[in-house]
This record gives sequence, C-alpha cells and structure tokens, in this order.
Amino acid sequence: MNELLLVVRIAGQRVAIPAVRVESVVELDTLIPVPRAANHIAGLSALRSRVLTVVCCRRSLMLSWKDRTGEVLEAAVTELDGHHYALIVDGVEDVLEALSDPTPVRAAMGEGWERVSTGMVETEEGALLMVDVAALIAGPEATRIAA
Amino acid sequence: MDDLIADFVSECRDMLENLGGEIVAWEAQPGDRARLDSIFRFVHTVKGNCGFFDFPRLEALSHAAEDSLADVRAGRRQPDPRLVSAVLAVIDRIGELVEVIAAGEPLPQGDDTDLIEALKPGSEAPAAPAPVPASPVSAAFGAAAPRTIRLSVDLLDRMMSGVSDLVLARNELARRLRDQGADVTVDSAFERLSGIIAEMRDAITRTRMQRIESLFVGLPRMVRDLSAELGRQVLVDIDGGDVELDREMIEMIRDPLTHIVRNAVDHGIELPADRLKAGKREIGLLSVSARQSGNQILIDIVDDGRGIDGRRLVEKALAAGIIDGSDAARLSAKDQLQLIFEAGLSTASAVTNVSGRGVGMDVVRSNVERIGGVVEVESRSGHGTRMTLRVPLTLTIIPALTVSIGAQHFAMPRAAIEEIVRAGGDSVQLSRLGGAGVVTIRGRRVPEIVLAEVLGLDSPLEHADRTLIVLKPAGGDVYALAVDRVHDHEELVVKPAAPAVMATGLYAGTTLADDGSPILLFDPAGLARVGGVKVEAQERSVRLLEEAAAAVKQESTPVLLFRDMAGARRAIRLGVVDRIEEVPGTAVSMGAGRLRVQLGEAILPVTGLSAAPEPHEKVRLFRLSDGETQLGLAFREVIDLDAIAGDLVPADCPGPVEGVTLIAGEPAELVDAHWLFAAEAGLRPTGDRPPVCRLDERDPWVRNMLRPIVEGAGYRVVGLEAEERADLMIARGSETTDLDAAPKEDGRVLWLSQSPDTPANENRIYRYDRAGLLVALRDAAAAGGAAR
Repeated sequence: MNELLLVVRIAGQRVAIPAVRVESVVELDTLIPVPRAANHIAGLSALRSRVLTVVCCRRSLMLSWKDRTGEVLEAAVTELDGHHYALIVDGVEDVLEALSDPTPVRAAMGEGWERVSTGMVETEEGALLMVDVAALIAGPEATRIAA
Repeated sequence: MDDLIADFVSECRDMLENLGGEIVAWEAQPGDRARLDSIFRFVHTVKGNCGFFDFPRLEALSHAAEDSLADVRAGRRQPDPRLVSAVLAVIDRIGELVEVIAAGEPLPQGDDTDLIEALKPGSEAPAAPAPVPASPVSAAFGAAAPRTIRLSVDLLDRMMSGVSDLVLARNELARRLRDQGADVTVDSAFERLSGIIAEMRDAITRTRMQRIESLFVGLPRMVRDLSAELGRQVLVDIDGGDVELDREMIEMIRDPLTHIVRNAVDHGIELPADRLKAGKREIGLLSVSARQSGNQILIDIVDDGRGIDGRRLVEKALAAGIIDGSDAARLSAKDQLQLIFEAGLSTASAVTNVSGRGVGMDVVRSNVERIGGVVEVESRSGHGTRMTLRVPLTLTIIPALTVSIGAQHFAMPRAAIEEIVRAGGDSVQLSRLGGAGVVTIRGRRVPEIVLAEVLGLDSPLEHADRTLIVLKPAGGDVYALAVDRVHDHEELVVKPAAPAVMATGLYAGTTLADDGSPILLFDPAGLARVGGVKVEAQERSVRLLEEAAAAVKQESTPVLLFRDMAGARRAIRLGVVDRIEEVPGTAVSMGAGRLRVQLGEAILPVTGLSAAPEPHEKVRLFRLSDGETQLGLAFREVIDLDAIAGDLVPADCPGPVEGVTLIAGEPAELVDAHWLFAAEAGLRPTGDRPPVCRLDERDPWVRNMLRPIVEGAGYRVVGLEAEERADLMIARGSETTDLDAAPKEDGRVLWLSQSPDTPANENRIYRYDRAGLLVALRDAAAAGGAAR
C-alpha cells in the first residue's frame, strides 16, 4: 500500500505531510506566547493535559504572517523526540494516497520551501510538495546555525 | 548487592512458578521441544546469575542440568523418564536453595552429587529428591517470602502520568468549586478526594523510587579496571547508597556520573610515583557519596588528585577560541574552572582511550541541566577536585510560585526563592547604576532584573508597584526579579519543554495550570544569565579589589567609615584600629597636659575630643595601635566598613586628616593615623639631633603626602637648596631627574617610583609602599645616628 498523505494548505499552497507523522488535527483555542523563543514558535497550547508547542508554518517558511489571535487556528499535531507539536496551517484539506516516491523538485522555490521540502509526489490530484515535519519545527534559525 | 540478590530471587521465583506447569507437561511428553527450551532457559539463567553471586552449589546444579539438557537439545541424547525426574529433582533443589537465599540465611553445606550423578547418561541412581539438610525451608516458604510483584516500568509510568492528570483534574475542580461557592458537604467530600489523591500520588511517586545504590554498585569495578589500565592505584569509597531517587533520574544521571568518575581516575589521580613525589599516599582516594538535601539529591565525587589547573584551562580556551584575551584576564578562579564545561575543551595533554577527546564535561552539564540539575566544580590545584551533581528528587512535581506580567502567567520554582518584597516597600531602595538596576534590601545590595524587560512583554505597572522576588539559583548568586504580580503557591506537574522553547535558556519546563492552560516554568539561573546578571558578580568585585591591591595599594585599603564627635564623615584605615572600646565619661580626664583615657590598666592619650566629656556620657573610642604605642580616637558612631575606591585628594597641610576621598559614593575625610601618632602622642625618636631628610618641597605630592610621613618618622625636613647635610634624600621619578641643586654629600638617596611595576630594590621603592618607606626611613635614621 502506498503512503498516505495529509494535504494541508500553508500560505495558500497545497502541500503534503506524511500522514503517519500526524497524530490528529485540532483546532487550537488557547495560545500562550513563549517570550524570547524563536520567531516561528507561536506559543503553547494544551491538548488533553498535554502541552503542545505550537509552530507557525508560515513563519517557519519565512513568509509573512498576519496576527490571527482570537480566531480558531487549525493545526496538525505531531510528535518529535517525545515532544508534541501543533503545526498551524491555513487549513486541512484531504488525505490522499501517494502514487510515486518523492522526486527532487528542479524548479526554483523560495528559500523557506527549499529548506523544508523533501521532494514532489504524484497523487490523484496532481503533484504535491512533500514537507518535512522536523524541518518545519526546527525553523529557519536552527538550520542556519547548523549550516 | 542485597537489591541484586532480591532481584535474582524474585526472578527465580517467577520462573519456577511458570515452570511448574511446563515440568509436568514435559514429564508427560519428553519430546516436546518448547517445554524443553523453557526449562533449559531457566537452568541457564540460574547458572549465569550464580557465577555472579558466588553460589557454587547452585552453579554446580544448574550447570549439570544445563549440560544434560543441551545434549538433549542437540539430539545427542533422548529424554527418558529417568532424565526427566533427575532434572526435576535438580529444579526442586534449586527452588529450595533460592528460598534459603531469600530468607537471608547462609546456604547450607550440602551434597548435590547424587542429583548430579543422576543426570548422567546410563545412571542407575534413583533421583530421590533429598530434602535440604538443616533448614526449615518449608516454613520459610510462606512466611518469610516478601510479597512482591514485578511490574514493567511502562506500567508505572502510565500510572504516574495518570495520577498527574488526576492532580490536574482535581486542581481544575477546585477552581470551579471556588468560583461557584459550593456548599459545605461538597467541599468536605472534595477535601477527602483531594487527600486521597495526594496520598496516592505519594505512593506512586514512591513506587518509582529506587536506591541510588543500583547506580553506585558498578563503580568499584569500573574504577578497578580503569586504574589497572592506566597504572593508577585508586581506593573507592562509596557512601549514601540508600538514598532514594526517581528511577528515571537514576537513568539520567548514570552517564554523567560515569563520565565524572572516569575523568577523576584519568585526569585527577596521578600515577603512584607522581603522588609520592607530591607527598601524597601512593593510593589515590576517590569518594562518591550521595545525600538528600531538601528536594534535591547531592552526589559528590571527590578525588585527591592533582586538581584542575585553571590557568591551563584558560590557555586551552584561548587556543580553542572559546574566549578572547580580555575575557581571560577577567576570569576568577571559579570562572576558570567553569571553562571545563565548554565544548571542545580538554585538559588531557594526550588523548587516551578513556577520556581527553574534548567531548564530555559539556555533555555532562547539558545532560544534568536537562533534568533540572546543576553540576558544580571545586578544585585546588595539587589537592584534588570535588564535582557535585545536584539533581531534583523527582522530575515531575515541583512546588512553584505563579507570577504574572500583564496577563500572562509564569511559574517559578519555589526552591530558588529566598524572599518576596514589594518594590515600593520601606526596606527596599531601587537605584540604577549605568542603566542596570540595583536593589538594596535591608542593606543587602543585589542586582535587579525586570522580568517584563527580559521577556519583552508590555507591563501596565509602574516600577515601584512591582513585586520583587529575591532568587538564589542553585550554584549562583542572589538577584532580584521584578514581576507584576505574585499569585499562588502551587504544586505543578512539570514536563520538559520542546527544544525550541528550551533554547531560550529561560525555561525549565512547561506545566498546566488549574484551568488547563499551559504555563512556562522559569529556570532561575537561566533568567539571570539572559538578564545579564553576572552570576558571580559579588565575588568578581572582591577579586578586582584584590587585584587592584597588588597594583595600587591605596585603592584597596579597607577602612572604617565613622562619624567623629563633631559629626564629620571620616574614615580610618582598618589596619591601625586595634579594637573599639566604650568607656564611661569618667574614664577620660585631663592629665599631664592633655586628655587621656583609662582603659583597664593602660592610660592612653586620647584625641578627637575637644574637652573632657560629662561623667555620665559614654565615650566610644577606636583603640589605635602602631604595634608598640596606642592611642584613643573618640568617635560618635561607626557607619560602615568599606574600602577606599577613588583617588585621594590630599589635604593642603599636614594634620589629622590625610585627605578626602570617595567612600561608598560620598566624600569622607581619611584620618592620618601617622600624623595622629606623630603629633598627638609625641612619639618622635629621641636623640641629640633629629635625622634630616631632604625633600623637593615644590612637589605637592611630596609636600602633602610624603612629608607628613617623613616627619612622623621623626625627621626634620629640609628643602633641596638647604646647605646642611641630610641623612636621607627622597626623590621622585628616575635618576635623571635634575637634582643638581642639592648638595652631594647626603647619606643616602631613596628613589620613589611612580608605578608599582617598576622593580623595587633597596634604593628604589614604589611611592605608596608605606611599609617600605618606613623601613627605609628607620634604616637611614639609624645609619645617620651611627655616622654621627
């Protein structure tokens, strides 16, 4: 069976996240800011007595982000190294089956996209960009330090 | 060791219990491979453990059974009923012996050869199960066996997190009940529930506790192997193994502890020959001890080896580019030691296969800090090193204080909090020095951090309306944190925060508040770091004073700041004050032309008083001493003990005041004790003719600073142009200074150098080297006297 992909919209683009990495899709109501944390860390939220670290995908991609405080934020919950993260996306669209392995994207993408993408996969609805959850969580600064 | 044996016993019991059915089934069907395998596994495990515990009887039994069963498994032998019953007899015997061990009795001497013989192929001996002699095993079976079960750690963890959630749910319920003002019956039921939950949490927490012995038990062996490999002789002393710690914590500190112990053997303890040379015993001592202190566990690893050379660390750090030259000069001894925690630094000159690859102490520290612990290092070069691991008792529940900035709440671990004061309170003074906040709380001056500024949050409060939390992070110095509001004390279930949050260096973890919203828990040491407070600021300033003392003596002189009888703010060098006396006014009287005070048997001249005091008055005196003579200086009150920090503005003419200087930010007159002794006590050396000193009186420094001292030493001072011969001439600057005007027949010339760095010799001393100056004056006077 082929890999299942969760299709989400980030900054208006449809991208795919491996569905196995996503525990659930939630709507965040509380968002407690974390002062002095990296820019893309939007804050903390709670889910069933677990603390979620909320990552803003737009900021992680170094794209503009308008303040949406007070709105309901849709987020994909994922786990990395024992910590739970909520990735804020514009919206969650669908679950699709991957029809191919990821292949490198040869077109020039934005710097942010370049960093988080793991390639392009074919689906019933056309080619989608695969994004790496860990790279989204790490954010632009961590990558720059590591480089 | 007892723990391990208990583990072994319970493991054996488990297996025996499970085997019970297997053995019967195997007896019925000797060809059943699965049954055979599980029996084989049992005897194999027993054999393995026996070797470790030194139970030769058990080992021989299990070994023999294992051999026979191995033959059967390899198809070299067919299981027959006789073999089966022989094996069963062995297993029964093992069971009996295990119970003896469990009862804590020594293993009875007994003969198992009959059973072992019975296992051999073709053996005719009937394998009659012989009872273990002289041991009431059957009685021990039921009564002495501790009622224990084995649980998986996963299950315990699940229980723990369940209880944590239960606590959170209770907290929320408590809040709801408060809001709704529930009636008394509900309240009392809730109280009861609350109590039960607390008790349960305690019990579950304790189930996760383990004796730290399990961590220590491997150390002697490790040290033995290591010291053999490295040619060291090391005696290990282990103490405090019965301290209990969360089992998770034990796992977390296993690697750091191992690393520190390895370092101690490899870098700390010297080779036996080197130790003898250093005057130590050949055998190095390494002691590892644990103790509980409040809600922390302290593990000390102390060696008596060569210690850590701070200077070499600095050199290494400079070479590795970790610090730059200007930093290096400012490091205190303690700072220098802290360098061992920097990444990429190793003091081992050669890389051994034990340590010295420059990975290590930085990892040790980050591992320990990750669990909310601290690593401290103390070392005296040549005498050894003490490393202390301070770790919290448990990872999960921390008593904390909730505080807020604006609308956002944070938590602060209660262990670090010393006190809480209002910024606007009477005992608190706020001041700013060069943009940095400094708070004086009841005379104690501590650096201040404004939380809202550190976090970059908007705060609606004026500074004076804030609350100050005085914090003392483990291993650091005190500072005050200004927050908007202080709320509740709460027991918080703290969970580690995500790396991106920890990267700020401010937080120790996250937790959920009563209402279920997340709260960040601060790391007090991290706050100090990020807030720019020098953790060792106090120590550093003292050290700067010491350094300055070596450079410019006047700048470090400790002085007593006092108010004299006229109310003037004055200071006197601490060194000349012998002690402070309080006498009744009657003790002070006019005698032989001046005021004198009676102190016990002695009558001392007294100064600082204009007239004899009223008899009922109390007079307070500094008892000054120059080593031989004493005199009293009356004063009204002592203000403080301080140090002269600024330049001394010399007095225009010699007198009881040497000059004016800034002390504790305000001008104070510095008392010239020299002048006091010289002028007031009339202590000039008696002789036919006072020695003569030639000085350049055009120089104001000479006139105001030097001349009083010279005169104090009993000299008559003459100018450069004076015709008469001087016993001593004192000149400033270098030899090239034009002194041609002076007659050449002077006894001796003493040069005063401007800088303390100029090498001193008998004819050249630093100009503020008062002691040197006095010696030279005395010598010259003596020489002059002899010449005459």
